[in-house]
Amino acid sequence: MDSNNLFYILLALALFGAPLAAALNNRPKISAAVAFGASAMASLVGLIIGADVLLNGPMRLDFPFSSPFGTFAFAVDGLSALFIIIISLVTFAVSIYSLGYVRHYYGKYPVGLMGSLFNIFYVSMIMVVSSSNAILFLIMWETMSLSSYFLVIFESREKGTVASGLFYLIMTHIGTAAITIGFILMYSESGSFEFSSFHGAALGMSDLLRSSVFALWLVGFGTKAGIIPFHTWLPMAHPAAPSNISSLMSAVMVKTAIYMLIRCYFGFLGVQDAWWGVIVLAVACVSALLGVMYALIESDIKRMLAFSTVENIGIILMALGVAMIFQSYGLKELAALALIAALMHVLSHALFKSLLFMGAGSVLYAAHTRNMEKLGGLAKRMPYTSLMFFIGVLSIAAIPPLTGFVSEWLIFQSMLQSFNIPDAIVKILIPVALGTLAITGALAAAAFLKAYGITFLARPRSEEAERAEEVPRTMLVGMGILSALCILAGVLSFMILPVMDDVTSPLVGVSIGEHLISGFLIVPTVGEFSQMSPLLIGVLLTSVFVGVLAITHLYGGRRKVVRADTWDCGTPLTSRTEYSGRGFSNPINRMFSWVYHPLRVFRSTSHISPYVKSDMRYTSTIEPVFERYFYEPMEVGVRWLARKVSVIQTGSIQTYLGYIFVVLILLLVVLR
Amino acid sequence: MLLAMIQTLFLLALAPLFTGLIRKFKAFFQGRQGPSVLQPYRDLTKLFHKDSVISKDASWLFTATPYICMTAVITAALMIPFFTTSSINFIGDIIVVVYLFGMMRFFMALAGLDAGSAFGGMGSSREMTISAMVEPTILLSIFTMALISGTTRLGEISFNLATTGLDLVPPALFLALAAFFISTLAENARVPVDNPATHLELTMIHEAMILEHSGKQLALMEWSSMTKLLLYLVIMANTFLPWGIATEVTPMALVIGILAVILKITLFSLAIAIIESSMAKMRLFRLPNLLTVSFSLSLLAVMSFYIL
Repeated sequence: MDSNNLFYILLALALFGAPLAAALNNRPKISAAVAFGASAMASLVGLIIGADVLLNGPMRLDFPFSSPFGTFAFAVDGLSALFIIIISLVTFAVSIYSLGYVRHYYGKYPVGLMGSLFNIFYVSMIMVVSSSNAILFLIMWETMSLSSYFLVIFESREKGTVASGLFYLIMTHIGTAAITIGFILMYSESGSFEFSSFHGAALGMSDLLRSSVFALWLVGFGTKAGIIPFHTWLPMAHPAAPSNISSLMSAVMVKTAIYMLIRCYFGFLGVQDAWWGVIVLAVACVSALLGVMYALIESDIKRMLAFSTVENIGIILMALGVAMIFQSYGLKELAALALIAALMHVLSHALFKSLLFMGAGSVLYAAHTRNMEKLGGLAKRMPYTSLMFFIGVLSIAAIPPLTGFVSEWLIFQSMLQSFNIPDAIVKILIPVALGTLAITGALAAAAFLKAYGITFLARPRSEEAERAEEVPRTMLVGMGILSALCILAGVLSFMILPVMDDVTSPLVGVSIGEHLISGFLIVPTVGEFSQMSPLLIGVLLTSVFVGVLAITHLYGGRRKVVRADTWDCGTPLTSRTEYSGRGFSNPINRMFSWVYHPLRVFRSTSHISPYVKSDMRYTSTIEPVFERYFYEPMEVGVRWLARKVSVIQTGSIQTYLGYIFVVLILLLVVLR
Repeated sequence: MLLAMIQTLFLLALAPLFTGLIRKFKAFFQGRQGPSVLQPYRDLTKLFHKDSVISKDASWLFTATPYICMTAVITAALMIPFFTTSSINFIGDIIVVVYLFGMMRFFMALAGLDAGSAFGGMGSSREMTISAMVEPTILLSIFTMALISGTTRLGEISFNLATTGLDLVPPALFLALAAFFISTLAENARVPVDNPATHLELTMIHEAMILEHSGKQLALMEWSSMTKLLLYLVIMANTFLPWGIATEVTPMALVIGILAVILKITLFSLAIAIIESSMAKMRLFRLPNLLTVSFSLSLLAVMSFYIL
C-alpha cells in the first residue's frame, strides 16, 4: 500500500476515534479504550508512513478542491517524515500509557473528551509537519494550539489551571501573529502562499525584508519552542496539563517549531548572513543556560521538566545556529554535521522528555503530589517506574552510551570544527557557546540527580509517598517502550544517523553519509579529528562491569552483607533529617545568586527568652526576573495604550456605525 | 588492544602507590615519618576481606554504585594513553572520557543521597556544585589541546604533540594546563577544595558521599577514586607534556615511556603534596572564585587558539 492511502487511514482512524470517544463520554472505560486505541493505531500508521517516505521518496496528497490561497496539499518529504516518525513514536507510547493514566480521572473529569482532543491534537501535529501551504499550515498550527489549550485546562477545577491555560493561549497567539506576518511578507514577494513558491522568493528580497522575516519567524516559532524570554508559558502550562498531555506537548509539540525553523531558514530563506546564525546561537545559549539553572532550583517535578525543555530547546538551537553559521560561509559538510546533531538531539529529547514526563505522571498518580520535598523512597515502592525514570535521567544527563550523550557529543564535535570559519569575530564566539554547552551539561546532570535522588531515593518524606504503589501495567508498558528506545537510539545511533543525513542533504546541499558512519563508528569529519562508537562503549561497559562484579566476588571470599540502620549519630533518623531538594540546590543558588536574585526571609517568635523559639518560619524564593522586567513593563504599556484608545470607545452604537462608515469610505478611496 | 589492557592493569596497580606517595610526601613536609607508601594496598586488601553493612533505607542503586564507579574508571583508563600513545581511543575520545568520569560522579552522588543521612546529601550537593564549574573547565582545557593537535582522540593528541617537538607549543598550553591542574585538585577531593585526610567534619565533600559504604564496596569506591586521581595526572602528563611517551612499540621506546610518565606523575604528586602542606582548605563559598578563575583560564586558552 502506498503512503497516500496510509495517510487516509491515519486521518480516518483519528478522526473517527475522536467523535466516537466524545460520544461515549459517559462510559469512561470504553471511551478511553476507543480514544487511545485509535490514537495508538493511527500513530503506528504514522510510523509506517514516515518509514515509507524515508525509504521510497516523498509523497503528496492534494486536496480535492481548490482554494483562493493556492493548492492545499499534504506533502511529506524527508524532514517531514522524520518528524512524523518522532511524533508518532512518542504518541504511540503515550497512548498506551494514557490507558492506565486516565483511570484516576474516571468520574471526576470527562475522559472521553480528553481522548477525543488527544486524537485531534495528534492529527494536527502530523498535519503541521506535512502542510505544503502557508494558510493550510496556519489552520493546522491553530488547531494544534487550540486542542492543546483545551487539554491544558482539562483539570479545570484545580487551582491555577485555567489561568495557566489562558497565559499559554495568549503567548501562543502572539507567536502565531509573528509567524503570520512573516508568511504575508513572503507572499508579498512570491505572490503565492504555497511553500514551494517560497523557495525562490527569498533571492529577490531586499536584505531588510529578508532579515525581518527571519526575526519574525524566530520570535513566532521561538515562542512555541520556548526560547527565553518567551519561555514563561512552559513552566505554567506543562504542570497544569495532565501528565500524558504535558508529555506530548513538551516532547513533540515544541519540536514542530524546530521543524518549521529548519524548513524556513534552510528551505525558504536560505542562510546567507552569518549574523543570523550568531543570533540564533546567542538566543540558544541564553535559553540553555538559564533554562537549566531554573530547572535546578525547582522543587515541582513537572515545572522542573518544563524548564529543562527550555534548556534542551536551547541545545537544539545551538546546533541549528552553528549549522546556519557554517552554511553561510559555504562550509556545507560542517553545516550538515551540525544539522544532523540538531536533529539527533530533537529525537533524543523527544524520547527522554516524554519518558520523564510520564514518570512524573506516574509519581503523581501514585503519590498524589508533584512536590519533590514530599516524596522520596519511591525506588522501593515503585521499582519499575523508578528504573525507567532512571533511564530517562541517565539519558538527559548525557551518560554514555545513551541517546542524550550521542547527540551532545555530535554538537560538541560540530562546534569544535569552528576553526574552519574564516571570520575571526565569529570564531571567537563559538568557544563561548562551547563553554555554555559544557556548563549546561554539568548543571543538567546536577538538576536531574536532584530530581531522581530526592524523589526516588532514601526515605519517604510524607504519608502519601509512604503509601505509594506501583502504577498499572499499561503505564509501565508506555514508559518501557520509550526507555528501551532511549538505550537503543544511543547504542544503535550508527543506524539512525545515516537516515538523518538523508533528511538534511537536500536542505544543506551535501551528503556526509559516506564518512559519517564506518562500521560501528561515528566519524564526524573526514580525517583523524575524532571518532566514537556508542555500541562498542556499551559493550565495553557491560563486559567490564561483569568483570568487576566477578573479581570482587572472588577476591576476599564470600562475605556477609548486613542490612542495618544508616549511621545516625545517636538520634533516630526521620524524614526530616534527610537532605531536602532545596538544600541540595542551595549551594548553586548561592553561587549563581546574580542570576537567581534569591530572597530569604527568616522569622521566629519567642516568648520566654530569645533562645527558646516557639515558632520558626523560613521562606526562600527567587525573583521572577522575566515576569518582572520583561512582561510587567509590557503589560503596563498595553494597559496604557488601551486606556488611550478607550477615548474613541464611547459605548454608543451610532458612533461605532459612524466609524464603520468612515473606514469604509477610506478603504474605497485608498484601494479603489 | 593488548597494550591498552596492559596499560589499564598498570594504572589500576599503580593507583594506590601514588596515593601512598602523596601521603609520604606530605608526611615529609610535616616532619613526620608517615605510613609506608604501600599502606593503601594494605587498606584495600583488608577491606576486600571484610563484611559489609548496607543501610535499610538504601535501594539497589547504593549497592550497584561501587561496581559502576569501578567500571567507569576502567573503561576510561582503556581510552587513555599511559606509557604508549596507543589505547582503544578509536571507540571513545576525550569527551567520552570526561563523561565517563561524569557517570562515576553521578552514581557516587546518587548513592550519597540514597542512604538518607544528612552527611551523604550534603556531600552529593557540594560535589555536584563543584562539578558544575569543573567539568566545563576540564572540557575546555582539553579542547584547547585538541584544537592545537587537530584531534579529540587522547592518544593522537599525545602522538601529535610528542612527534612535533617543542616549537609547536603555543601559550594556550600553559593557560589550559593551569586550568586543568586546578580542576584536578577539585575533582579528586584535594586541598584547597576538599581535604582527603579528614572524616566527620562539616566541611567534607568526597568522604561524606562514601560514608555509608563498607567492606568490599568501600574498597571499590576507594580504589576507583585512587585510580581516578592517577588518571587525571596521566591525562595531564600525556596531553599537555607528552614528550617522552612511546610513540612506537619498541622495547627501548616503551622503557623510556614508562620512566618518563612515572617521573612526570611523581613530580605532579610532589606538587599536590606541596600545595596540600602549604595551603589551608578553602571555605565552600570561597570556592566559586577559584573555580571561576580556572574556568576563565580555560576559556581564554580556547579563545587564544582562535586569535593567535
